[in-house]
Amino acid sequence: MDMDWINAPHSMGTTIIGVTYNGGTVLGADSRTSTGMYVANRASDKITQLTDNVYLCRSGSAADSQVVSDYVRYFLHQHIIQLGQPATVKVTANLIRLLSYNNKNTLETGLIVGGWDKYEGGSIYSVPLGGTMLQLPFAIGGSGSSYLYGFLDQAWKDGMSKEEAEALVVKCVSLAIARDGASGGVVRTVVINSEGVTRNFYPGDKLPLWHEELPLRNSLLEEASSEAEPMHA
Amino acid sequence: MGGSYGSTLRYKSVQRLKPIGKHTLLGAGGEISDFQEIVRYLDELILYDNMWDDGNSLGPKEVHNYLNRLMYNRRNKFNPLWNTLVLGGVKNGQKYLGTVNMIGVHYEENHVATGFGNHLARPIFRDEWHEDMTFEEGVKLLEKCMLVLLYRDRSAVNKLQIAKITEEGATISEPYAIKTHWELEAFKNPATGAVGSW
Repeated sequence: MDMDWINAPHSMGTTIIGVTYNGGTVLGADSRTSTGMYVANRASDKITQLTDNVYLCRSGSAADSQVVSDYVRYFLHQHIIQLGQPATVKVTANLIRLLSYNNKNTLETGLIVGGWDKYEGGSIYSVPLGGTMLQLPFAIGGSGSSYLYGFLDQAWKDGMSKEEAEALVVKCVSLAIARDGASGGVVRTVVINSEGVTRNFYPGDKLPLWHEELPLRNSLLEEASSEAEPMHA
Repeated sequence: MGGSYGSTLRYKSVQRLKPIGKHTLLGAGGEISDFQEIVRYLDELILYDNMWDDGNSLGPKEVHNYLNRLMYNRRNKFNPLWNTLVLGGVKNGQKYLGTVNMIGVHYEENHVATGFGNHLARPIFRDEWHEDMTFEEGVKLLEKCMLVLLYRDRSAVNKLQIAKITEEGATISEPYAIKTHWELEAFKNPATGAVGSW
């Protein structure tokens, strides 16, 4: 009997995304953690806090990404004590890079570092498998990101406002969830700027409907609710 | 400027050319994380060299030798830095161009390339390179080869940088794209004579 999901490692197939805007950063992720074909956690939080002003989007192996983030949080806190001021996003990204690069043969995790500091404002760093570090205006990762390259080539624009950036992030994760079996659940976003951090939560049933998806209803015996309508972008 | 991930053209603005000290330029193909680490090693090497403050500075020959040792020793430990490196420079009026790869093979030559460039660009160089070319001629020759690579290498992206190194120092151009040509008559209806063919 095919039951290797029982012992399969937890993997966060995932869709993760980070976008800079005029004044800060928006990070977004889905919430599905799977063991093989089984959804181990349908409401995971893949956007992890490292410091007050720097957050991390995790993808790939759940264990590997958690341990890397724990180490970096630990190092960063010591660094901040010594430095006497908030950590910069660049330093955080480099710490992530060091762990990813130096353990490239054992780790399987793709990470996106995003935050705000007084020197660079909002910034995003992508640290994919292998430990390359790239500063980018926006970054995508995880298995669901395959479905977003074309979309973002067309939809991403420089100089977006906070509202536009967050709307784009939600749309992206939502589209990826629609097509990627390893992504699902809710869309979580984190907005980081000079004023602080805001966490947002977009439950699966509040996301727009895409092609071939139907409005949700309680039962065959009831009308569909008029809230959600098929969206044509 | 392309950084591929398997068959996906994942990153399209990767810096693959870096100046090293005053006298050298380094370019790489292969694993970007390893190239980034190599640049860090070299930056440290140059820093220590500068800290001697003795008027000497590491030139392209020295950097090439260092890289060769680095690459070959990693290969011997069965843990290579997965790159092909291209190194150019000028010191005391002497020009230098060389290459070193992940297995430690290294040599100097008037034209070097990474990846598909070895198959597509070097034959063109062999035909058209000559001693005492001007900068403009050099750029035209490089662009000719990059165009062929853009047509024929799946991992190529239309975003390039040209770097120049002289006694005065190194300059790396802003990224730019080149025109491609698709309006050949032969392309318009290639299957007319043999329907169903390609």
